[in-house]
Amino acid sequence: MPKFEYAPAPESRAIVTIEKSYGLFIDGVFTRPKATFPTVNPADETVLAEVSQAGPKDVDKAVAAARRAYEGVWGRMSGAERGKYLFRIARILQERAREFAVLETLDNGKPIKETRDVDVPVAAAHFFYHAGWADKLEYAGLSASGADVPRPHGVVGQVIPWNFPLLMLAWKIAPALATGNTVVLKPAETTPLSALLFAEVCQQAELPAGVVNIITGDGRTGQALVEHPDVDKIAFTGSTDVGKAIARSIAGTSKKATLELGGKAANIVFDDAPLDQAVEGIVNGIFFNQGQVCCAGSRLLVQENVHDQVVAKLKRRLGTLRVGDPMDKNSDLGAINSQAQLDRITSLVEAGVAQGAERWSPECTLPTKGYWFPPTVLTGVSQTHRVATEEIFGPVLSVLTFRTPQEAVAKANNSAYGLSAGVWTEKGSRILWMADQLKAGVVWANTFNRFDPTSPFGGYKESGYGREGGRHGLEAYVTTAPSTLTGAAR
Amino acid sequence: MVTVSTTTHTAQDLTAQARDVLGVSRLTNHALTSWLHGLPGVDQVGCEARAASLGTRSIKTTSKAWAIDTAIGMIDLTTLEGSDTVGKVRSLCAKALVPDPLDPTTPRPAAICVYGDMVATAKAALGDSGIHVAAVATAFPSGRASMPVKLADTRDAVEAGADEIDMVIDRGAFLSGDYLTVFNQIAEVKQACGTAHLKVIMETGELVTYDNVRRASYLSMLAGGDFIKTSTGKVQPAATLPVTLIMLEAVRDWRDLTGSQVGVKPAGGIKTTKDAIKYLVMVSEIAGDDWLAPEWFRFGASSLLNDLILQRQKLATGAYSGADYVTID
Repeated sequence: MPKFEYAPAPESRAIVTIEKSYGLFIDGVFTRPKATFPTVNPADETVLAEVSQAGPKDVDKAVAAARRAYEGVWGRMSGAERGKYLFRIARILQERAREFAVLETLDNGKPIKETRDVDVPVAAAHFFYHAGWADKLEYAGLSASGADVPRPHGVVGQVIPWNFPLLMLAWKIAPALATGNTVVLKPAETTPLSALLFAEVCQQAELPAGVVNIITGDGRTGQALVEHPDVDKIAFTGSTDVGKAIARSIAGTSKKATLELGGKAANIVFDDAPLDQAVEGIVNGIFFNQGQVCCAGSRLLVQENVHDQVVAKLKRRLGTLRVGDPMDKNSDLGAINSQAQLDRITSLVEAGVAQGAERWSPECTLPTKGYWFPPTVLTGVSQTHRVATEEIFGPVLSVLTFRTPQEAVAKANNSAYGLSAGVWTEKGSRILWMADQLKAGVVWANTFNRFDPTSPFGGYKESGYGREGGRHGLEAYVTTAPSTLTGAAR
Repeated sequence: MVTVSTTTHTAQDLTAQARDVLGVSRLTNHALTSWLHGLPGVDQVGCEARAASLGTRSIKTTSKAWAIDTAIGMIDLTTLEGSDTVGKVRSLCAKALVPDPLDPTTPRPAAICVYGDMVATAKAALGDSGIHVAAVATAFPSGRASMPVKLADTRDAVEAGADEIDMVIDRGAFLSGDYLTVFNQIAEVKQACGTAHLKVIMETGELVTYDNVRRASYLSMLAGGDFIKTSTGKVQPAATLPVTLIMLEAVRDWRDLTGSQVGVKPAGGIKTTKDAIKYLVMVSEIAGDDWLAPEWFRFGASSLLNDLILQRQKLATGAYSGADYVTID
């Protein structure tokens, strides 16, 4: 029994109003709900609301609305005017931050401390950042000097995952709107509510009808959107399997695509690392958002001579992690997003143990209802084990060792993925050498899982292509080809 | 009531122990430098981020009540002014004996902290209440005096009845890399303390880097400090959460290494209940609950006590009273 027990400190859910059922947000208005399916709170399995399954006709309507808005208003609007709308959206997100944080936690299962301190503020930051670009695209260095100014593609179809519902929406919508595109966005099946609340924000900001359309549904809706002939560009974040299917389905068309897919990041700890902070980085790398992060530091590569020390420190630290009610302000880990994801985590961990990994979790009491998985460390993992190569997407850390920097690089790069990596050492020259050698889109040095709208994010290899954020992220949403070839209304 | 062990240490004992910890046959400055500089570095950004994240813990209702009473019991109620008089010190002692006249269940602070010449006054005023008298010594706050003077300063306070001695390290020697001098001075002061408890003030505001704070913490523990303390309160910045975090990691790891437990005392600038609770959260989550007692954690503070009392009254009555309802000292 600890001396210092933290009494429950639940955030109130009174601030957010959840409707019984939701329609689709098309052409600036909500349609009447139909063909609904439930979205549940993964922390206790209660139904939060019913949302509509958009069919092919709904996708047609949404794309048509986006096309009209593009040709009639948005594609013709000056960058300065578009920027005003984006600034307005950013401010509204800040003003309604608590509402979004509570709703996101209820629908996703992640702790309120993360939605409050990360998801919502970073989402607002993306809108602020891209609002600033809207009237400066000519000067972003996207086209060769003397060439045409960069122009939007037109209608963008966007499909986003359930791990950061609002933040991924912001990563997608903010650059699309800043560059003059219009959007049809499909949130994940299990986490549609923050996107539907964002639709209200679009109304509140008096964004012209059809510039942003939000359609809910399962994979079939996403497929219909991706395959729609009048969509000019696809932006997808999600699993590598779905990403490959999208790449196949748009092959041979003129559609552009950016894909941000899975990862199996190596978090590499050298013996001269600041060990206490490295342990924090390991925890933040794999237990942030219950490890349901594409760039999670799921493989700990620790130099063999400090393996025991690091693992001992890590285990002690995990003893202080608080797993439980996501609405409690002191919870560090919340619920897994769905039963399907929980099953996947469970089976992969079992496979790891069957292949010889040693499983450890701190003592923690998990709630009886909802989808829960304890923070887990697998030691004695080898490169051939499934838990070292496959993306688990859960609070599970695989621990491997290395002897030399060259071996660390070889092991880190020995992956089908290449989204992110972390390097922990006090030696600056080694950080630079490692960053040069690692085949990963993001390399963090003495930190992990830091996101900023000014910094491009994206992968190598099966982690996808294209970049989001920063000046690089704008490239995916503009064309610099001569205007006669694109037919864009501008 | 605070209990302390009554073992005495000679400087020779402490040097022998230090040789043992370092695994060397002779305690040289070279040996100390290798050992201290072999400690893992501290990443400033990561350390400050961790301290800030612990500061977001939400401590409510019953846990807040527990934290307030625990914090009051950990205060070294301090007056260290050139203008201190017998009257002022007696008044502060009376405050320690009856922190809140409106509520006799209010716990008492752990100690009164004064200059050496006020020890006898404080001792007489506190009687057998169990409240300790701590005295600053060794040419506090700068520490710029010869060793015989520092030792005389210490013995004077001990002979006057001080239960605890708060010494300052020679920051000049530390920053110039003369760790052996710092070690020897602490060990000799420890010997001069006899059975009195020794708190070693590192003046972290003058050490500046977290690497230095970690090294000074280890050096102070190696030389026999019973407590490591951040600051004199006369230099800015005084106690901060990240500095205290480094010190809590140090005492935690020191116990793993040697089996002996050392206390931590942040001092200076901790004024509010909110701040104090952040420190207690940090003690609990970094060092562990073993440190959540006045034997192992203290606050060097003066105005903190009244804010804790105000918050305590608020929890009991549901309403904020105000400065007129707590006694100034």
